[in-house]
Amino acid sequence: MSILVIAEHDNNTLKAATLNTVQAAAELKNAGAGEITLLVAGENCGGAAEQAAAVAGVSAVVVADNAALAHQLPENMAPLLVSLCQASGYSHLLAAATTTGKNLLPRAAALLDVAQISDITEVVSTDTFVRPVYAGNALATVQSSDAIKVITVRGTAFAAVEATGGAATVSRHDDVTDAGLARFISEEMSVSERPELTAARIIVSGGRGMQSGENFPMLEKVADKIGAAVGASRAAVDAGFVPNDMQVGQTGKIVAPELYIAVGISGAIQHLAGMKDSNVIVAINKDEEAPIFRVADYGLVADLFDVLPELEQAL
Amino acid sequence: MKVLVAVKRVVDANVKVRVKADNSDVELNNVKMAINPFCEIAIEEAVRLKESGVAEEVIAVSVGDTACQEQLRTALALGADRAIQIDAAATLEPLAIAKLLNAVVEKEQPGLVILGKQSIDGDNNQTGQMLAALAGMPQATFASEVKIDGDEALVTREVDGGLQQIAIRLPAIVTTDLRLNEPRFASLPNIMKAKRKPLEVITADELGINTASRLTTLKVAAPAEREPGVIVANVAELVEKLKTDAGVL
Repeated sequence: MSILVIAEHDNNTLKAATLNTVQAAAELKNAGAGEITLLVAGENCGGAAEQAAAVAGVSAVVVADNAALAHQLPENMAPLLVSLCQASGYSHLLAAATTTGKNLLPRAAALLDVAQISDITEVVSTDTFVRPVYAGNALATVQSSDAIKVITVRGTAFAAVEATGGAATVSRHDDVTDAGLARFISEEMSVSERPELTAARIIVSGGRGMQSGENFPMLEKVADKIGAAVGASRAAVDAGFVPNDMQVGQTGKIVAPELYIAVGISGAIQHLAGMKDSNVIVAINKDEEAPIFRVADYGLVADLFDVLPELEQAL
Repeated sequence: MKVLVAVKRVVDANVKVRVKADNSDVELNNVKMAINPFCEIAIEEAVRLKESGVAEEVIAVSVGDTACQEQLRTALALGADRAIQIDAAATLEPLAIAKLLNAVVEKEQPGLVILGKQSIDGDNNQTGQMLAALAGMPQATFASEVKIDGDEALVTREVDGGLQQIAIRLPAIVTTDLRLNEPRFASLPNIMKAKRKPLEVITADELGINTASRLTTLKVAAPAEREPGVIVANVAELVEKLKTDAGVL
């Protein structure tokens, strides 16, 4: 047995989610699934490959550097994964359960004619995993009978491995073709000075109670005082207060920071599914019946427009 | 162009599901069922393509037992022209469902297949991508905007850091995200009309597809409950508690 982890990167740097996925791979390795290889597929991705080789616990790095992989389109990536599995006989194929991993891995699984186990939160053994279903209202333990286990990993359920200290061997894989089915056109990424939601130690999130996007700077001031990321509920995103990439919830980002401060968020099931594994939860809402208080460690029943300036002062 | 839309019957999004006492599954008896919300968005998008003259026919397809005909009728009421039920167990895994859908794709030759990005029961987020692989078609997952431009679809995708635009060659697979559109409600006359629209039933065996499971569910458990919290009186007390009791500031 051996494990192939698909590195998530932007050609220059490795993304943090990769380190959580490698931790899941390390647990598989401890359970007897063999050595860990990290795949860095992209174009001019030497920077990411160098970082990949330094990740603790990784014994080999395979670099596929090709113009057809510039934007890691799944139409070109999935056949690459199949050829790597055929050439090296990997028993486990892992990627982060990010939009990139979710987009790619099922395509590879279908080409390999195996099932995929999505969004695992625990490694039980080399073939058995725990994963949330029904928006996290139940946890299923599933066992795979396939020869190759294709798995996406929920980052918040696995601690990140060290980014340095490893000394993996690096090899190239040049068998890449452009399927010619899809073209990348453009990308508009949100630029923020604040930490990324999925990597932040503290998150301050606003909901419908914020009333408009113009009130979000009140939240941002509090966040900046404590180095927090800013999130939002689906209600706030749907109402157009803030862009969708700020959404925390079952259909947005799944987060589990040290401290989660929910401001003017009622606590719909779909929001709770995205943040209820946070270490400490604070709820600030003027409706004392709001379901968010049922998952909160500390609740403050008050008007957020009074609380936020006070909080900014007190921190 | 024909547009094929896959729909799934799932537990209604507003129902709080409970785990069975024997930990074999969640309780599905006497629970309200509905069309998966992402599938509803998929139907809406297909119907809009027809209304704008891009698509000629919208076909709704569902894999499941007879009960899923209810959701197919809903799809017909929302504007699909005809429906296909692939009669099979309601619990098939995404790979088996993708294979069955691929058999329908081969038969119907749609220019576009639209699916929800995930169903809210299994939360797998796999079927569209798997179907794309099996059909040898390009895929645009998590779509928030779809424009048909000649022999291509221009799709805006919701990705982790923001938005991505791609062009995919038709025929292609699109999976819907929440902001693609706001689905309409079925009007009473349309619900009546839907009863007379054609609904074909095919079995998995007729399609010659092996739907055997690859995964075994060993246990379904309820997640750990959080300890009850405390209500603080004011901001000062909150900050104090976060610093001393919780130690997170």
